[in-house]
Amino acid sequence: MIDFELTEEQRMFKELAHKFAVEKIRPVAEYYDQTEEMPWPVMEEAHKLGLTNFYFPPEYGGGGVHDFITHFIVSEELAWGCAGIQTCILSTGLAAAAILGMGNEEQKKKYIPTFCDPQKVRLGAMGLTEPGAGTDIKMISTTAKKDGDSYVLNGTKCFITNGGIADLHVIFATTDKKLGLLGIATFIIEKGTPGLSTGKKEKKLGVRASHTAEVILEDCRIPKKNRLGGELGEEGSTSGIFGALNMLEVTRPGVGSAAVGIARAAFEYALEYSKQRVQGGKPIIKHQAIGFKLADMAIKVDAARLLVWRAGWMANKNMQLRRGEGSMAKLFAGDICMEVTADAIQVLGGYGYMKDYPVEKWYRDAKIYQIWEGTAEAQRMVISAMLRGAKG
Amino acid sequence: MNLIVLLKQVPDTETKIRIKSGEKKIDVEGVNWIVNPYDEFAVEEALRIKAAQSGTVTIVSLGPQKAQEAIRTALAMGADKAVHLQDAAFDDSDNYVISLALSKAIAKLEYDVILCGKQAMDDDGAQVGSRVAELLGIPQVSIVVKLEISGKTAKATRQIEGALQVIETSLPALITCQKGLNEPRYPTLPGIMQAKKKPLTVYTSADLGLDASQVGEAGSKLKIVDMYLPPTRSTGKKLEGEPQDVALQVAKLLREEAKVI
Repeated sequence: MIDFELTEEQRMFKELAHKFAVEKIRPVAEYYDQTEEMPWPVMEEAHKLGLTNFYFPPEYGGGGVHDFITHFIVSEELAWGCAGIQTCILSTGLAAAAILGMGNEEQKKKYIPTFCDPQKVRLGAMGLTEPGAGTDIKMISTTAKKDGDSYVLNGTKCFITNGGIADLHVIFATTDKKLGLLGIATFIIEKGTPGLSTGKKEKKLGVRASHTAEVILEDCRIPKKNRLGGELGEEGSTSGIFGALNMLEVTRPGVGSAAVGIARAAFEYALEYSKQRVQGGKPIIKHQAIGFKLADMAIKVDAARLLVWRAGWMANKNMQLRRGEGSMAKLFAGDICMEVTADAIQVLGGYGYMKDYPVEKWYRDAKIYQIWEGTAEAQRMVISAMLRGAKG
Repeated sequence: MNLIVLLKQVPDTETKIRIKSGEKKIDVEGVNWIVNPYDEFAVEEALRIKAAQSGTVTIVSLGPQKAQEAIRTALAMGADKAVHLQDAAFDDSDNYVISLALSKAIAKLEYDVILCGKQAMDDDGAQVGSRVAELLGIPQVSIVVKLEISGKTAKATRQIEGALQVIETSLPALITCQKGLNEPRYPTLPGIMQAKKKPLTVYTSADLGLDASQVGEAGSKLKIVDMYLPPTRSTGKKLEGEPQDVALQVAKLLREEAKVI
């Protein structure tokens, strides 16, 4: 039966992540939101505490915390602090998930420990999206041509978190356009490899502390052994794209947990405000229009968290997310996050619109959660496909 | 070097205190509990001494089952083991009884330096550290903002009114810690996971050789007569006019309303 009680470990992780968010993230959130600088000092402190790599397997130097719900709890607290900074702290997870999900033992042993080096924070980037390929991954046009013992990559990736500045890029490219999805393979490109450069860094509406940029591949030559999972058809090879798609279903609730954190931050702030602000002779929470609005906000935050945790519970038990439970969590959390942050501004009225107050930033941060990691529309495609019994 | 840290779990400093209806204690419903902030300085200092001189850090804490959360936090910071004094018989004990129980638990251990916060943030007693030192018959230095341990001596800088006093003492000794002594570290996530495996011994009052007359209300020397919230502060009054007139008004208010002159 389900138990909603946190384990002692989860409680302590939550306490630590929350303390970190209050003392280290919140005080500088506004600064990094304005300047769009990479919050290195915060990431270094987070790294020292194990917040960047607690979920990697211990055999590669990680903290070995495999409980997905624990991960979501930490992620929610950090995002409650600031979603942009939380993205920086946990961003490497996507590249690492690709390596862990699709790499062979040699690749895992070589690359995962670099993210667990206590002396240095290292970044990973996951390059899937292109100007012509968003939801429609089939349209990927970055090519990977086999040439002797190497692959040569050509193409452009865009909107890549840590794009161009990462120590490790995991790039999706097609080895044969005629094969469609089956032709897509994943490659590891180490920092300093000639032929990989950064295009422009994006100026964003929200999560501005996070580095988002174009990655350009021009005759980028990498050794054959950098293909994740080895050659297709080879002994012990692990598939490219389908591995990726399965991996995404499990990372989706994690993204949802960040949306829960933002929504909770906005809700808590609006709640506090509504108890202090007096209009019409009483604190505005006592007016039904506001009281009811806050009630709805509270329900949405809790419901989103439960969907996220349900997906985590299933993942912990290695259950197949047969009805798109991961997508449900991400989709719902993203949608309510937009609603709750907008409502938070509304509760604060004119003050909510001013940059002096934190709610407008949460509203701006919220929007991306309906877009990245699979748009809300793509999530609905996944869920409805699963409902009608479609395969793949 | 054997280091002992006395630790207390207290309500979060942000807690809105409510008095339990009809009783002389606070309502703990919905309260968030933390390690007493002054005790965090003690844990941190012990960990630093351990790092510099090698040794063991043992946490000793008296409290209900819940106090184990605070103990585990200290273990997650890096302490090696813990002793938890837990017994319903300890309920309603004053600081004398608590100090007695702690000293009995400490007597079972080897110690060179005992550290604790200068006071607990809930009852602000500021006496347990000193009482424990007296019961153990060891020197104590309180309100310490700087500590140097070398060999068998400790040099402690303590805050006094308008100045700093440096005291040298032999070990073993007890030190109560003041804000400014250090910046307590965060527990790390790996530390939290290791904390689960560190030894935690639980003692009842019987294990410490204390009978019912020595603990709880029976053993306490202090009796709480009443507990109430301070009166809510009303808004201030703004007085206007010529200085001589305002002065007259103030004098009148001080005499007739505040009744202080």
